[in-house]
Amino acid sequence: MNYLELIGFIQIVLIATTPVVFAGIGELVTEKSGVLNLGVEGMMLVGAVTAFVTLVITGSYVLAFLFSILAGIFMSGLFAFLVLILMSNQVATGLSLTIFGIGLSSMIGKKYIGTPIDGLTPWYFVILSFIIVFLVGYFFYKTKSGLIVRAVGESHNSAHALGYSVLKIRLLAILFGGSMCAFAGSYISICYAPMWQEGMIAGRGWIALALVVFSTWKPSRILIGAYIFGGTSIFQMHLQGKGFRFPDWVPFDNFFSSAPFFNMSPYLATMIVLVIISSNKLRIKLSAPACLTMPFYKGS
Amino acid sequence: MIKLFKYFTIIISFIGLTFSTAYAGPKKVGFIYIGPPGDHGWTYMHDVGRKHMESQLGDAVTSTYIEGVPENADAVRAIRKLASSGHDLIFTTSFNYMDQTLEVANEFPNVMFEHATGYKRADNVSTYSARFYEGRTIIGHIAGHMSKTGTVGYIASFPIPEVVRGINAFYLAAAKVNPDIKIKVIWAFTWYDPGKEADAANTLINQGADIIVQHTDTFAPCQAAEKAGVLAFGQASNQEAFCPNAHLTAIEDIWGPYYAARAQAVVDGTWSSTDTWHGMAEGMVVMSPYNSKLMSPELIQEAINMEIAIKDGTLHSFEGPIYNQAGELVVPEGQNADDGMLAGMGFYVQGIDDELPQ
Amino acid sequence: MTNLFPTIVSRAQSSNIMNIFVPIIAIILTLITGSIIFSLMGFNALFALHTFFISPISTTYGISELLVKATPLALIATGLAFCFKNNIYNIGAEGQLTMGAIFGGGIGIFFHDTNSFWLLPLMIIGGAIGGSLWAMIPALLKNKFNTNEILTSLMLVYVALLILDFLVVGPWRDPDGYSFPKTRPFSDSGRMPLLFDGLRIHIGLIITLILIIISWFVFAKTIFGFQLKVSGFSPIAARYAGFNQKILIYLAFGICGAFAGIAGLAEVSGPIGLIYRDISPNYGFTAIIVAFLGRLHPLGIIFASLVIALTYLGAEDAQLFMQIPAAVGFLFQGLVLFYLLGADFLVKYKFEFKKSK
Repeated sequence: MNYLELIGFIQIVLIATTPVVFAGIGELVTEKSGVLNLGVEGMMLVGAVTAFVTLVITGSYVLAFLFSILAGIFMSGLFAFLVLILMSNQVATGLSLTIFGIGLSSMIGKKYIGTPIDGLTPWYFVILSFIIVFLVGYFFYKTKSGLIVRAVGESHNSAHALGYSVLKIRLLAILFGGSMCAFAGSYISICYAPMWQEGMIAGRGWIALALVVFSTWKPSRILIGAYIFGGTSIFQMHLQGKGFRFPDWVPFDNFFSSAPFFNMSPYLATMIVLVIISSNKLRIKLSAPACLTMPFYKGS
Repeated sequence: MIKLFKYFTIIISFIGLTFSTAYAGPKKVGFIYIGPPGDHGWTYMHDVGRKHMESQLGDAVTSTYIEGVPENADAVRAIRKLASSGHDLIFTTSFNYMDQTLEVANEFPNVMFEHATGYKRADNVSTYSARFYEGRTIIGHIAGHMSKTGTVGYIASFPIPEVVRGINAFYLAAAKVNPDIKIKVIWAFTWYDPGKEADAANTLINQGADIIVQHTDTFAPCQAAEKAGVLAFGQASNQEAFCPNAHLTAIEDIWGPYYAARAQAVVDGTWSSTDTWHGMAEGMVVMSPYNSKLMSPELIQEAINMEIAIKDGTLHSFEGPIYNQAGELVVPEGQNADDGMLAGMGFYVQGIDDELPQ
Repeated sequence: MTNLFPTIVSRAQSSNIMNIFVPIIAIILTLITGSIIFSLMGFNALFALHTFFISPISTTYGISELLVKATPLALIATGLAFCFKNNIYNIGAEGQLTMGAIFGGGIGIFFHDTNSFWLLPLMIIGGAIGGSLWAMIPALLKNKFNTNEILTSLMLVYVALLILDFLVVGPWRDPDGYSFPKTRPFSDSGRMPLLFDGLRIHIGLIITLILIIISWFVFAKTIFGFQLKVSGFSPIAARYAGFNQKILIYLAFGICGAFAGIAGLAEVSGPIGLIYRDISPNYGFTAIIVAFLGRLHPLGIIFASLVIALTYLGAEDAQLFMQIPAAVGFLFQGLVLFYLLGADFLVKYKFEFKKSK
């Protein structure tokens, strides 16, 4: 890889990784408050289609992102109603939200598939993703409100006893998560691959969910995880383009040099790095919010 | 009560409809789609074909489709539902519906089946496919002329004969023009992921490719080429609207006339099991209009002449001598590769500096 | 203000009457919403609902298909219950299913020209081993390195699917298959025997039922089941009681993997008969919904798997008979799930109209 290729490589990684950073940081805030929303993929799809359709109809990028965020608030509001008010199971509700989102997004976008639009340059959004991660980190560790959200996630009963409205805080966290996921979706349909195709998020929502776990619920590590994953994804393509092969003396060189292995390398790399980070028990406490997935009920 | 009555009449009229069509009235034609008809790629072109058939045959046929049918055990149920609900002719439009189509066909000997891109047939099962590689020969020729860096980026989906055949046909034609041409292949292991396809295109462009060829389903690679200021070829349908300054031409899949002819045969009662592999000569493979902003008039004329030569048989995509990567002669001089070799093509031709995943 | 609204009160015991009423309430709400949506879209609402819920199972073949679809879901969900009861978030059942199909199916491919009674049992054992070995990876990483199983089990799904890709485009490719990515077919004795002629429902249903009954027994009557529940509920209490959490993790993952692996093997040696890339319509992920919808209880899981299978079948019929796009099917399926999950509320809580103090 020469100097110019390296610059190009980094650019591709930045563009490709940004959507999972947005979705990941949104989901992180939701989980910090003690709620697990597995509907990321569905919310991203609805966000993507809303932005695209709004852009086609109005021609305004601002409105596109605005409506996309509103769509994310709608989707996550639905989820919030079910898990906060009706106290339904968070895992199942989140997965159902994804199914619902697949259907809803396809329905909305049916007439607009194959409408050409002018894509936006991704660079502002790449910068924005870093800023948002920084702001979320600042919020959690430097502000009182951030501390309250963390408290709600760690022990909702204590937070309630201190007079904080657990449900209201969780609602806000869920809505923030939803709007970030939708925003990530709109980045995909307007900047990254400017088009609308059914199911075009293609599993990035699941990757974002995995990254929250990878980050051990610390905002800055979302970036690390996302760039390990994104970097490996692009690097394996780079190796394929270069016709790279392992030498014959490597055991199973046929398997390791095969395209399926290249394609699975981002998943393996993320796992291996997680194992390395997690095994250092002095530095890492298992830091999942203690109340994650537990419903809050005032009378309890 | 009135509602209940209404409900019953609907059911009864529906059942009546199902039965009556078995005896007279329009023939029912069913389609099984792998994706949504709006994907602007593979399924979209089959749906265009279905609509063409309807417009050609008018009242003689009606058609239905089931979209998004996965290529697994679910497909049997979907195909069987079409067969058991009075359809006379059923098109299953993806390779991995093969065994499922035969399984249902065995149970419904009076229903005719047409399976796309497969190789197993029965008395009531035909197969059909298109010689897309003929189009790849033309775009290979164009790429040989237009590539300044001498490097072409190729985004491939899965190492199946269809895709391998395309890469070989492309390379053979390009190397005839420019023997030093290099072809870089990225196997995405997906048909359908706009983001990943764009990443692959950008990676190839970053490595010096100035023409992007794709064998995946969305127009993301063409868009990426447009943004980077390099050239690209469209896939399955004319994609010029999405990348007007990059799109040289596209290989279009035109199924309509075939679908109309087969449906007509069912209407006339002349349908029989056949193995169809049509190309440019029959109009199943069509080149989108060549982009005159990007290509010189001479090159466009050359491409058109090649089309004519392919149609009248004077040009074949796989003319001997052809060697495989091990240097063995697979097609001797003066001969063309036969359909058997083409159908099961699982090797790269000599000169491709890459290894086939297997 | 607050007095206008009923207070939510937790029931001391979950209501048995509500257990039965919840599905009914959910179904009624679904029917109402469904009619509104379909009417708005210009479809005959009654006919549409009939197409969704009645027409798929109005024939024997339809009922058999419902079971074909529900069987793997119920089996995997029961396996997942072992993990979820212990608060282990194994979301990689799809990968364990794939590995089961690879191991068990691999035996079938190796013995593709053998016709013997021992072949199918051997394949089933292979499937169980393959699935549980794959599930052992996140268990091992969790026990040894403290690694969170949500990430590892999910990543291993993609890895398993790509290993399957590698095998079917490479070493296991059918030599007579024109280089297409699929394997040879299994021999007849490597296929799951059909229960009835002309229907696709196979012996996998019986295996699933047996495993579910055993699981119910384990959950309800054994110390192991009790340990799972306690350590899921309160890890500290479990430690005091002397339960070995690490062994519980291995066991829960192992059992879940084995169940998912058997489900995968049953899919390839049942309706499919060979291995190719796309063996499972996301059974491993859908089963997570089934497990929680069924409240991790074997009976509930059976009910939930049938409901979910029916919504899939209904969506197909709606496309065929009414040209309702597949997307509406998904939307509607999501709604059905929302109602079922939301109505669950009534089992655990009740409204009381009394003035707040």
